[in-house]
Amino acid sequence: MIAGSETGASAKDTQKIASAVVRFAGDSGDGMQLAGTQFTDTSAAVGNDVATLPDFPAEIRAPAGTVAGVSGFQINFADAEIHTPGDVVNALIAMNPAAFKAHIDDVEQGGIVVANDSEFNKINLKKAGYPEGYNPLDDEVFTQKFKIYRVPITRLNEEALADSGLGSKDVGRCKNMFALGLIYWMYDRPIDQTTSYIDNYFSKKKKMPQVAAANINALKSGFYFGETTEMFPVRYQVAKATITPGKYRKITGNEALTLGLVAASKLSEKTCIYCTYPITPASDILHSLAAMRNYGVKTYQAEDEIAAVCAAIGVSFAGQMGVTGTSGPGLALKSEAIGLAVMTELPLIIVNVQRGGPSTGLPTKTEQSDLLQAMYGRNGDCPLVVLAPQSPADCFDTAIEAVRIAFRHMVPVIIMSDGYIANGAEPWLLPDPTTFEKIKVEHPTDPDSFEVYGRDENLARPWAPPGTPGLEHRIGGLEKENISGNVSYDPENHQEMTNLRQAKIQKVAEFIAPVEPHGDGSGDLLVLGWGGTYGSIITAVDRARAAGRSVSAVHLRHLNPLPSNIGDVLKRFKKVLIPELNTGQLRMIIRDRFLVDAKGLNKVQGKPFLVEEIEQAIELMVDNRWPDRVSVIPRQHKVSVD
Amino acid sequence: MPTDVEMPILTAKDFASDQDVRWCPGCGDYAILNQVRKVVAKMGRRREKTVFVSGIGCSSRFPYYMNTYGFHTIHGRAPAIATGVKMANPDLDVWLVTGDGDGLSIGGNHLIHMLRRNVDVNMLLFNNRIYGLTKGQYSPTSEEGKKTKSSPSGSIDMPLSPLSVALAAEASFVARAIDVDRALADVIERAAKHKGSSFVEIYQDCNIFNHKAFDYATDKASKLDNVIYLEHGKPLVFGKDRNKGIWLDNSRKPKVVTLGQGITEENLLIHDENDEKHAFMLSRMSYPDFPEPMGVLYRIKDDCYEDLLAEQVHDAIVAKGAGTLDTLLESNDTYTIEA
Ligand code: SF4
Repeated sequence: MIAGSETGASAKDTQKIASAVVRFAGDSGDGMQLAGTQFTDTSAAVGNDVATLPDFPAEIRAPAGTVAGVSGFQINFADAEIHTPGDVVNALIAMNPAAFKAHIDDVEQGGIVVANDSEFNKINLKKAGYPEGYNPLDDEVFTQKFKIYRVPITRLNEEALADSGLGSKDVGRCKNMFALGLIYWMYDRPIDQTTSYIDNYFSKKKKMPQVAAANINALKSGFYFGETTEMFPVRYQVAKATITPGKYRKITGNEALTLGLVAASKLSEKTCIYCTYPITPASDILHSLAAMRNYGVKTYQAEDEIAAVCAAIGVSFAGQMGVTGTSGPGLALKSEAIGLAVMTELPLIIVNVQRGGPSTGLPTKTEQSDLLQAMYGRNGDCPLVVLAPQSPADCFDTAIEAVRIAFRHMVPVIIMSDGYIANGAEPWLLPDPTTFEKIKVEHPTDPDSFEVYGRDENLARPWAPPGTPGLEHRIGGLEKENISGNVSYDPENHQEMTNLRQAKIQKVAEFIAPVEPHGDGSGDLLVLGWGGTYGSIITAVDRARAAGRSVSAVHLRHLNPLPSNIGDVLKRFKKVLIPELNTGQLRMIIRDRFLVDAKGLNKVQGKPFLVEEIEQAIELMVDNRWPDRVSVIPRQHKVSVD
Repeated sequence: MPTDVEMPILTAKDFASDQDVRWCPGCGDYAILNQVRKVVAKMGRRREKTVFVSGIGCSSRFPYYMNTYGFHTIHGRAPAIATGVKMANPDLDVWLVTGDGDGLSIGGNHLIHMLRRNVDVNMLLFNNRIYGLTKGQYSPTSEEGKKTKSSPSGSIDMPLSPLSVALAAEASFVARAIDVDRALADVIERAAKHKGSSFVEIYQDCNIFNHKAFDYATDKASKLDNVIYLEHGKPLVFGKDRNKGIWLDNSRKPKVVTLGQGITEENLLIHDENDEKHAFMLSRMSYPDFPEPMGVLYRIKDDCYEDLLAEQVHDAIVAKGAGTLDTLLESNDTYTIEA
């Protein structure tokens, strides 16, 4: 019989709760990401809504046991719709003292802490930076504030696997499964999804049945430990959410983006050629696409970021779907080449998975601070289309739309994902592929009517790839004469072409649906956001509305061009708040374009917004308690008011 | 291609675009342009299937003057763009025109990596040992001590050998020629026929900023003593009177010897285009210590990047079946929420 399938058989108390936030934390080699992912998959499969926040150290293997080397995975699962991984942690699993130290501040008062007691020894406490002779698990400050369960996970796992035939190192690697098993028990989840994963991965794929058996054994031991020990008086149940019925899969932003690009390639009947250079947090897109050759996808790991974008431009010139992917520092390197794509009016897809900057910055942490770079970070007046997905699954639709726009308007399109939605996951109701609209691509063939820089109704020039008889032509980075496409240094032509390049982008707005505020069409406050902050903003706005405040939200997917009615919408609200994970980049654009006195809530801590932070900013503004400034920086989960 | 369609025979003129050629009068680029037009016409290449890609610099104006597809890109990046073109459409006949600054300075990285991947591109590197377009600064191939506007006290940069770089970058075809030399056409033709990256260094006279830099190799009176024409399987003989040659001394270093007094052509080094070490040695021979090799230094058969890539796609489709929109969305871990 499979453990966990016998729900309710336990003699212990079961408490029903609406949602829970669990965080697994341990050394980066402890397998916390796997434990978290498995917990997420299982929770999604039992019908909860889920949202996740993985958090890894920048170093691949920072010194073991140190705070710098702690890797975490947070999951929020609920019986109703949720949009964020949760503000506070209800249960923390701390595999060592460093993990405890790094994460304990995020645990709610009265929250659960499962500490791997075996690792709270002298050496590890010292590595975590605790003073000699001190163990936080004995400290009343913590024991009174939290429900701390001291479970010797390492030792129990070793005992359970004593006969596994594995060496001690391999046995140690299974302790994440012991911890997972225990948490499965605690939240009354079945373990069979994970056992079949382990079996598939270790037995079938890696041909290591012994390792598979040990992992499954560890998982079950953890589960049974919860059930049999007297330590845990209650377990918790989070009921199914009322979710639209249908077929789902759990998906991260990077996965969804990958699928979106491939779907766009199928819908346009163009070969997707993804040209890139490995960079965190975008590399997973390369990994996924590289494994999809049977979809006709080609991937090219270039010698550098510049070569990557240039190869993608070569692909577009030659008539296929050129895509490049990167993160902030890479986008900086690609600027000049992107300008070439703007000048030559070629379609090009640029994926930018933002991370903390400037320079190398915070490679594994999220931020939205590349907006101005995407908008303006090139020499000359060099406009292009900028889109931003709002959630992991939304990356799928955004990728398709980006390709559609690039092909229809002959323009480069930048997709602004970020580390949070790229690595975060949510359940995705699989769309019906038969409802997807084809992406139309027309290539000219008639030499008599062909003009290299001729214009269609969208001001787009014709796309005539090499190989077409009679349409031989030359393009390049020098200014072009409109219509003929010949090199031109004529002053008035340059003026006209500069205006045309801008007008081309503006034309895209005609294909963008007008925005409709979430909430009311007018009121006291509009909260305007873009990209990955969607979940926190919507949740905060809903809570403020439930509390009777006149607040609505608009979340922008189209940053350039902006939806054509955005100016009108802004004017229908008395105040505008723009929360961003940067120092106010969209705010600058909005103030510039619409002369609206928008205020900012600006956070650059490498972390997404907590709902509470936005809620407090909303209250300050609606209740007229906002001091006379343009922005508020959240500090320690509190919005500062002084 | 249907066989019943008569393809018109194209001449060099058919490959000339309607644009006025704007290099300085007397620039070596003119001679190269004429030879390239002749070679593509002679080889029966089709205009619509031909693409000239270039970077930035005097030489990079080249695509404008060819009535084919062309892309005048940005400084140094032409190899990357050409690679993209070949990945998208391996059938195209892609040429790349670059210079010593474009290809070896700002674009050195891309040059190396295109060559090692063996993308099927004919790369012509016009080496005039100077920056022409920016009006006369020293380049990565300028000789040490060269006085230019940016090196009034003489350049302290060690120049590099483009051929050595190409060989070290695993190029599958490496050759050299001179703008005004009749052998140029033959070298270009062999480069064009080679499947894979062909690297051709062309000594090119910059009439304005580095005139006569290659006088030693072009002047009628001296050139035969200063260059050596390579022929596969033939001994390395040179000189006006063909009385000099190259042999290996006891420490296996090349040495110039005079024929006669017991030394015959049979004692000389034989040129072997397929020998990497030999090619590298040739690439290090420079004036005035040695005659400089002209012709094909090195050539091997090797798979091209774009073909291997296409093959992987093909094999994956055979192994896993062609992916569709339906299979795309499905995955191992889908689950169903019942109504
Ligand atoms: S500057 Fe030199 S290389 Fe450039 S066109 Fe004039 S002569 Fe030729």
